[in-house]
Amino acid sequence: MDNIGTHSLDFFELDHNENTKAMGRSLTNRILTGICVTLSLLTMIPLISIIVLLLKNGLPLLSASIFTELPPAAGMTGGGFGNAIIGTLVMVGLGLAISTPVGILSAIFINEYSQTSRLSRAVRFVAKLLTGIPSIICGVFAFAIVVLPNQTFSAFAGGVALSVLMLPTILLTAEQALMGVQNAYREASYGLGATRFQTIVRVVLPDALPAMMTGIMLAVARAAGETAPLIFTALFSQYWASSLNEPTASLAVLIYNFSTVPFPHQVSMAWTASLVLVAFVTIANVAAQTIFARKN
Amino acid sequence: MPIVDQQMTKQTSPNSNPPVRKDFLAAKDFNFFYGKKQALYDINIEIPERQVTAFIGPSGCGKSTLLRNFNRMNELIEGVRHEGDIRLLGKSIYDKSVEVISLRRSIGMVFQKSNPFPKSIYENVVYGLRISGQSKKSTLDEAVERSLRGAALWEEVKDRLHESALGLSGGQMQRLCIARAIANRPKVLLMDEPCSALDPIATVKVEELIRELKKEFTIVIVTHNMQQATRCSDETAFFYLGKLIEFDRTQKIFSNPSEKQTEDYITGRFG
Amino acid sequence: MSAPTSQSNSLAHYKSGPDFFRLLCWLASAVTVLTLGWIIFKIVESAWPAIHKFGWDFLTSSAWLPNRERFGVFPFIVGTVVSSFVAILMAFPLGLAIAIFLSENFLPAPVRQVIRFVVEMLAAIPSVVYGLWGIFVVIPLSKSFADWMVSVFGGVPIFAGPAYGNSLFTASIVLAIMILPTITAISRNSLSSVPKTLREGAYALGSTRWEAILGVILPSAAPGIVAATILALGRAMGETMAVAMLIGNSSRLSWSIFSPAGTLAGLLANQFGEAQELQVNSLMYAALILIIITLFVNMIGEAVLRYTQHQTAGIR
Ligand SMILES: Nc1ncnc2c1ncn2[C@@H]1O[C@H](COP(=O)(O)OP(=O)(O)OP(=O)(O)O)[C@@H](O)[C@H]1O
Ligand SMILES: [Mg+2]
Repeated sequence: MDNIGTHSLDFFELDHNENTKAMGRSLTNRILTGICVTLSLLTMIPLISIIVLLLKNGLPLLSASIFTELPPAAGMTGGGFGNAIIGTLVMVGLGLAISTPVGILSAIFINEYSQTSRLSRAVRFVAKLLTGIPSIICGVFAFAIVVLPNQTFSAFAGGVALSVLMLPTILLTAEQALMGVQNAYREASYGLGATRFQTIVRVVLPDALPAMMTGIMLAVARAAGETAPLIFTALFSQYWASSLNEPTASLAVLIYNFSTVPFPHQVSMAWTASLVLVAFVTIANVAAQTIFARKN
Repeated sequence: MPIVDQQMTKQTSPNSNPPVRKDFLAAKDFNFFYGKKQALYDINIEIPERQVTAFIGPSGCGKSTLLRNFNRMNELIEGVRHEGDIRLLGKSIYDKSVEVISLRRSIGMVFQKSNPFPKSIYENVVYGLRISGQSKKSTLDEAVERSLRGAALWEEVKDRLHESALGLSGGQMQRLCIARAIANRPKVLLMDEPCSALDPIATVKVEELIRELKKEFTIVIVTHNMQQATRCSDETAFFYLGKLIEFDRTQKIFSNPSEKQTEDYITGRFG
Repeated sequence: MSAPTSQSNSLAHYKSGPDFFRLLCWLASAVTVLTLGWIIFKIVESAWPAIHKFGWDFLTSSAWLPNRERFGVFPFIVGTVVSSFVAILMAFPLGLAIAIFLSENFLPAPVRQVIRFVVEMLAAIPSVVYGLWGIFVVIPLSKSFADWMVSVFGGVPIFAGPAYGNSLFTASIVLAIMILPTITAISRNSLSSVPKTLREGAYALGSTRWEAILGVILPSAAPGIVAATILALGRAMGETMAVAMLIGNSSRLSWSIFSPAGTLAGLLANQFGEAQELQVNSLMYAALILIIITLFVNMIGEAVLRYTQHQTAGIR
């Protein structure tokens, strides 16, 4: 047992300072770890602050009537944002109706028909670039192709703007979804004499569907929260919309408009609308992830 | 204990090296758990100084696990736990006064898949010296030459020391990893299937190198290749299902094992 | 003869099916590709009168006077670039720290899971909600911090007073929080794609954890982290609502980061709704500049990212 003493130095016989140095290095290591952990935990502060304020300022006005009534005029109290909720749903729906077929069919083309053709490479490239385009540019585009010719702000213009925003998300996730389908399935289907069309519709799409739904839900979540593309395409309205071709309210624009006015009631309503919007976006995101998790 | 006595008598006569310490590196009643799963059961083993000890056994029997405990690499995995002790030169490697980073410099390791850093050959070799604060150019240069010569790589790379290590061949990369380990002047060199990703010619080179290195280092090598174990090891330990079944001179294990399971394994009846 | 007929009928059906469907898919792809061209074309077309009238002066002039039909976006270009860079300066260390935190086991897995969730939530919160929160939370805090900075460092032009609540600095703080998820997600991906064997190699040579991180892991992941930062920069430059609500939307140039400023995206958001004639054309011109800047930045980011994937493929 006493040879522990005599041999302990042998551990570090190269350099008798080695253990002291090593202790210094370990200390540096612990300090850096502390810094890194602190910085990471710091990020929780803004999120907690946002959530607490959303609940504190948003809950008081939350009631059934807020979903059914029209926004109050400047300085007035009461009312709700029923038209803005409908407007958001309608425009997101319009956006989906345009972008889903284009996005999914494009994804089928680039993954099932010709993976390496020039067109397919162009599609991938453009989709990547479209994800990087500022959302307000989608609004500018819809303004140019819908608002200017029609001479009116409209839900339709808002829907077009959102569709451009959603397209790359839907396309790229759909491509991932198709890539996730095992080739063995395709081969089995061809082996049984199926055509490519039958293989895609009967075998590939059903298998890829959950992952595609994930992408669609993500796109919905993102589009529902966007204000910039709507602010000068759908504009806003105090009233229920009766057609797609008139200015239409949306939750996001309502929040923007009401947050900058000097009336406390309107500001509270902006918080309530934010609470509703964040809840909707979160549900859509959670739905997307649940679908995805179930698939795997 | 009789096995050990026998060993001592056998060793002292043919070897002209200075007397070796037979419990240079030792595990005592060592148990190891990955979470709830126990991977090692009551391991007692004494690895002799300046000898090559081979670990053999079927896949999943815990060879790598034990090896990676010798330099406490397995602590990096979450949820692991050990019981018992491991001693280097009689001192517990778990002793509070032992900094794990110094321990890992004293016990070098070479992996199955060669893992040179995406840096130059030179920087790969001096990595261990640099992190421990050595920055004198002459010392580093000297260490590079000594280590690369030690790993039988010097002649092949001496003109391209500052080129990326990723441009070397598989066998050269593995020898670079050995050079990198011996640049730290460790006492023990742990090798986990160092040749399994190499072609036969590169394997021969590394085996020659191992026989050369044992003059200076205590070597533990995990291998699935029986010929390799007979070619380059002095002692062989056979593991099965997390237990050390038999540990003896390599000749003895391969010619006349005392355990039935050992015999079944080396004659290829399972594994 | 009836059986073969039905056979050939269904075969014909098979054939017309795929061809038609393929055509449909091809069309959709063409639409996707043309969309980008169409966007750019439409914007150039609508901007043409302003491009024709102002030419390059539009980029260098500082006057934005709709009543006098004089338009120049220099202050907004500066505001866009500076607010984004300040945001990156703040978000980079945080984002990298979180990415490292998430790829190492400093704290048990459940804690990491929470942080991951927090970062994902930050990405999901709509821009306009950040704006609202910024107005009520960040503006007061940033104003008092700025007041203090002005009192201490007021001599330095970029910290000169008076400090405003609606300022470039305030907008940058909120921008930093908004782009944090981008930096974190991409950096984390490239950190975790550093082969485990390299990490083990570093530890086995006696590295401490941070010696391994700084000496081996970060250098291997560096291109990916650079890409993450560039892509986040692109995002910050295009971010609209929160910035429009917080930056003050001023067309006056100022050296101080505590003064109000304006960005291209904020300009569009504020003025498009009520713009007429030449002002619409000028806004379109501004949109064109914004799209060129962001496309350029994003293309560089994507190129670096692709280069990264090549690189790591080589290491493994
Ligand atoms: N990180 C880990 N987490 C959980 N269990 C593990 C881990 N690593 C190894 N094990 C388990 O521990 C046991 C021993 O594994 P070990 O890698 O030591 O075997 P081995 O003898 O080296 O096998 P091989 O010859 O295939 O390399 C195995 O059952 C394995 O499944
Ligand atoms: Mg193993």
